[in-house]
Amino acid sequence: MSAIVQFENVGLRYGLDSETLSDISFSLHAGGFYFLTGASGAGKTSLLKLLYLAQRPSRGVIRLFGEDVVTLPRKRLPGFRRRIGVVFQDFRLVPHLSAYDNIALPLRVAGMEEGEVDAPVAEMLNWVGLGDRGQARPATLSGGEQQRVAIARAVIARPEILVADEPTGNVDADMARRLMTLFEALNRLGTTIVVATHDLPLMAQVAGGQMMRLDRGRLADPTGSLRYPPRPQGTA
Amino acid sequence: MSMRRADRRAANAARHRLLPEGRVAGPMPWIIAIMMFLTVLAAAAGLGLGTAVRAMSADLAGRATVQVVEADPQARAELSTRVAQALRGSDDVRAVQPVDPQRLADQLRPWLGEDAVSGDLPIPALIDVELTPGDAAAKVGRVRNLLLGLSSKLRIEPHAAFLLPLAGLLSALGWLSAAIVLLMALATGAVVVLAARGAHDSHRGTIEVLHLMGATDAQIARLFQRRIGLDAALGSAAGFSVAVAVVLLVGTRLSATGSELISAIDLPWAGWALLVVLPVGGVLLATFAARWTVLRALGRSL
Repeated sequence: MSAIVQFENVGLRYGLDSETLSDISFSLHAGGFYFLTGASGAGKTSLLKLLYLAQRPSRGVIRLFGEDVVTLPRKRLPGFRRRIGVVFQDFRLVPHLSAYDNIALPLRVAGMEEGEVDAPVAEMLNWVGLGDRGQARPATLSGGEQQRVAIARAVIARPEILVADEPTGNVDADMARRLMTLFEALNRLGTTIVVATHDLPLMAQVAGGQMMRLDRGRLADPTGSLRYPPRPQGTA
Repeated sequence: MSMRRADRRAANAARHRLLPEGRVAGPMPWIIAIMMFLTVLAAAAGLGLGTAVRAMSADLAGRATVQVVEADPQARAELSTRVAQALRGSDDVRAVQPVDPQRLADQLRPWLGEDAVSGDLPIPALIDVELTPGDAAAKVGRVRNLLLGLSSKLRIEPHAAFLLPLAGLLSALGWLSAAIVLLMALATGAVVVLAARGAHDSHRGTIEVLHLMGATDAQIARLFQRRIGLDAALGSAAGFSVAVAVVLLVGTRLSATGSELISAIDLPWAGWALLVVLPVGGVLLATFAARWTVLRALGRSL
């Protein structure tokens, strides 16, 4: 399998503070299912931001799809971003757009003709069980429904990488299992999945899932080898 | 099925409303309307005064008045007749019109009282002269020589000499109007820049989401362009309509004065065409300013 994501000695510093992420090196392979775990404040969200190109690192090299994105000209970033789907921790649905229009956003951004948008959006609404809620605004949806809209929006353009930040943080256990099943289905279609979570039972649900653990801004396993199941904290 | 149709309708509209709708409710269209109203009025004033100055200049350059300064009424009448004949024979003169002594006396009565018509007070006879087109100064010089040959009691007064300061004033007012139009355009651009910055700041969350989905700066800027362009179009149309109504009303009032001088302030068709260009230009300016502002702001993000 080829590496779709490569981090080499990546560091991230916000302003003049000490490094939030230090010496991060790892590779993710196309079609893999990866968990990123660690305590709150360990740097999971910051690492994901680097991954979905919301942030440039302070040092190190990041390669996405074989290209160094750290030195990539700004105008080329949109092309890379369209290949990555993101489920934000706080959903970030556009509040004045309906669920339908939120899900259709990536297709419209990609320039798809309006006539071609309807079918995939309707399919995606049904896929996440919101076929009858297409015209609902985010404010009228429950937390779980918003979560599913956010996931549908992230996957509708068939991204090569799906990044999800604590996707099960705001839903009950049953919904969390269903979401993970959705991710697995997507993974079987070839999408590389990266999920930040600290829900160990959830990780155990995914057969073949691999785990990276962040501890105070550093990968807990400095060699960068990925392991599953995770070792208990404190063991060598 | 109807749900699907509703979805499609919503989708068609949605491409253009990734930013919340808020026209008319926001201050932008109203501000643009007021600025366009003032701009059109200033431009109309400038164009009207320009027309007046041009008409006046053309008129004044080709006109003069000959004064027959003779105390004896009979000799004055005879000399006037000779002068009129001589002038009519000149190649430099197109028309000669002796001013009716009675009309002249009537005009002087408010200042001189009944003395103006008693004949006791020597009042010069006046002859209006319209020169043929060409170098007015040279023609006036030749006519002056012609008059000197007839009598030493003749004076020629080119109209340009005493109405020139007024023409200068009107011309200055015209340029002032042009400056006001320019300043209003700058102010409109500044207002749009501020509005675009405000809109960009208030929709930062949506913009970030669009960016992370792969939207280009140009795509995002188009959203702002469209919204601000629509606001500007609405405001410009309103401001222009009211301004045109005011211009027409003022035009009617000017005509009603009956004054030849004031009636010269006219807006020709070319002037109206220029006025129509203003709202179009305003919308283009607003759209460009919005695009420029948003692209600059987006350029500072990743």
